Amino acid sequence: MAKLTVEALGALRGQQQAAARARGEGVVVTVGMGTCGVAAGSNATFEAIAAALAAQGLKDVLVRPTGCMGLCHSEPTVEVRAPGMPAVIYGNVDRAAAQKIVEGHVAGGRVVEELVCDTPALDIVTADIGGVDYEKQLRIVLRNCGVIDPDKIDEYIARDGYAALAKVLTGMAPQGVVDEVLKSGLRGRGGAGFLTGRKWQFAAAQPEGQKYMVCNADEGDPGAYMDRSTLEGDPHSVLEAMAIAGYAIGASKGFIYIRAEYPLAIQRLETAIAQATAYGLLGEDILGSGFSFTIELRLGAGAFVCGEETALLASIEGKRGMPTPRPPFPAVKGLWGCPTVINNVETLANIPVVLLKGAEWFGKIGTETTKGTKVFALTGKVNKCGLIEVPMGTTLRSIIFTIGGGIKDGKAFKAAQTGGPSGGIIPPQFLDTPIDYESLAKIGSIMGSGGLIVMDEDDCIPDIAKFYLDFTVDESCGKCCPCRIGGRKLLDYLDKICKGAGTLEDIDKMQVICEAMSRASLCGLGQTASNPVQSSLRYFMDEYKEHIEQKKCRAGKCKNLLSYSIIPEKCVGCTACAKVCPVNAIKGERKQPHVIDSAKCIKCGQCFDVCKFQAVVRG
Amino acid sequence: MSTAAKTAEGALKLTPELKAFIAEWKSKPGNLIMVLHRVQQAFGYIPREVAFEVADALGVPLAKIYGVITFYNLFKLTKPGRNQIQVCMGTACYLKGGEDIVKELEGILGVGLNTVTPDGEFSVEAVRCLGCCGLAPVMVVNGEVFGKVQTKDLQGIVARFRKG
Repeated sequence: MAKLTVEALGALRGQQQAAARARGEGVVVTVGMGTCGVAAGSNATFEAIAAALAAQGLKDVLVRPTGCMGLCHSEPTVEVRAPGMPAVIYGNVDRAAAQKIVEGHVAGGRVVEELVCDTPALDIVTADIGGVDYEKQLRIVLRNCGVIDPDKIDEYIARDGYAALAKVLTGMAPQGVVDEVLKSGLRGRGGAGFLTGRKWQFAAAQPEGQKYMVCNADEGDPGAYMDRSTLEGDPHSVLEAMAIAGYAIGASKGFIYIRAEYPLAIQRLETAIAQATAYGLLGEDILGSGFSFTIELRLGAGAFVCGEETALLASIEGKRGMPTPRPPFPAVKGLWGCPTVINNVETLANIPVVLLKGAEWFGKIGTETTKGTKVFALTGKVNKCGLIEVPMGTTLRSIIFTIGGGIKDGKAFKAAQTGGPSGGIIPPQFLDTPIDYESLAKIGSIMGSGGLIVMDEDDCIPDIAKFYLDFTVDESCGKCCPCRIGGRKLLDYLDKICKGAGTLEDIDKMQVICEAMSRASLCGLGQTASNPVQSSLRYFMDEYKEHIEQKKCRAGKCKNLLSYSIIPEKCVGCTACAKVCPVNAIKGERKQPHVIDSAKCIKCGQCFDVCKFQAVVRG
Repeated sequence: MSTAAKTAEGALKLTPELKAFIAEWKSKPGNLIMVLHRVQQAFGYIPREVAFEVADALGVPLAKIYGVITFYNLFKLTKPGRNQIQVCMGTACYLKGGEDIVKELEGILGVGLNTVTPDGEFSVEAVRCLGCCGLAPVMVVNGEVFGKVQTKDLQGIVARFRKG
């Protein structure tokens, strides 16, 4: 493969766009094959579609894979575009459904209504967005996810891929690039929200010499997978952005630090790097501009703290991932002592759009302080969990109830959690808060990297706080005392409360520890580890008090606080509960009221679930 | 284990492929974690005797290698079961009953987390988010993902992987 010049890149784009238009005149069936899709069986779906098409004798239909379409609640998903018909996305496509879709939609020309789950989102690459609708999704970062085949660089190029890099290398000075990013107001999507342009500015201002550009793809927040989906669905957007950043700050070498737990993303990145290098879009003298930039992958090995900048750099250097005090900041003294910029995957995926459409276009989207969009992994007790991207300033209510389709099984919404183990628990009264960095901080949470977990009446708040603390205690590197000891003590208190042995003084002590941890810890992990506890104490004190004073867990999660009994008047003696009890704690004659032996009972709750007469009660 | 070499005495050794990989990476700074990943891929864990060889080949003190292995969750010092079960304990899976799955599996296999069954067949570990939150609760057996798992499915899943 010959290396491309700027002209050749433009010609290739024209060719590929024409090819895409020609494809658009026929029928195209696209199968979502991100990690979720594959886990749900999309490989079988792909085969079934191909087989059904062959059986129908339909040879001109194109079947192609793509990354995540974001509809995790209905995987595997399949998009069908046919001339003269609306484009639709089908959900839960197993072999039988695949057959129906091919027979009905592709061969028969009618939409299989009962299987439709969505329509494709508005495409910012081909359409003008006009005004921003804050009730709907707007896909900037995910513009190509679920659209292109991630293993084909030509499909990325057809959708303006590498056009921003060409524009930057041929017509902009490095400082001009920094200025444009600064002007756009783009802030780091890893969680803290530092201005990306300012970070670049610091590194660019360092004397010439070896500098590094690092992509942080160590997505450790449990319950979040925005970066994984972006890398699996559109790896080139991150490579292009890294090359642009390298040019802006004067770095010739880039590293992507990625979790080893993401094999598919790693594989797609390796393919993408090889393709971009073959085209001369990475490597020596890119597009004949004289600028050289290479990218290597480095794998993480399962350490949450490595999401922290200085710990991440230590890990790339092959050491234990222990954070170091800042300053000096990595932009001044980073990898092997050289100036280093570290940007998160989502931040980088914005860069090509910012430079191609301009800072002004980007600045129109979002709120006063926070521009652009945010990708969330919407999970937990919502009807439609999935990967979504909304303009900054959208409310939690729109996300959970409009896009997420409300709470599962008609239960009551209790809380939302953003920012994972570093974030806060948000109660219902803040559902109408427009989301941006400042407004979330004001209510005691953080934007975080994009985990958004919805909880309902069956979730116990002290138990959730304990879950997060358990995580951060396990992941604390142990270097500084406030995090190492404070976290452990907090966890002990929470455990005590959940077991019904807590006292009100424990709460006072917890508050003191929280304060100490957030002020005195060395790095972001320790400084934010107490957020789930602090915010839940602030908004759900009544639930803590119930556990302590009444020994009651209203959600029924804390097993030590539960007791089960049978109301004799309601019990018909069907023996269902006695049969299901794993420890034979339920006795009684057939057609006679049964009794639970509380000394034997392990509080598993199976009798409660199995009783059809509401005779088993939980107290 | 297929690519791992075992000498007549039963001691584990670096394979020629691993030696070649180390030679390729030796001059690159920050190579240790990448080399350890490759070693674990071959053996399923990082055997002590192999760690000695890695220390020699890279010119890194054994203490440093031990430090790195024990810092990161993914690296193992002991051999896992022939079938490796991972139960996701990310937030979404936790909310949807991941803990019950772990308890049920412990009951079925008769061993706790991170312990190999006496016959060497199974080991279970709780892992951080696998990124399939839409399918919660999720577990993985030898790389195969099982989504929306219920405790009553577990006997069947385990039986499928048991030898014989």
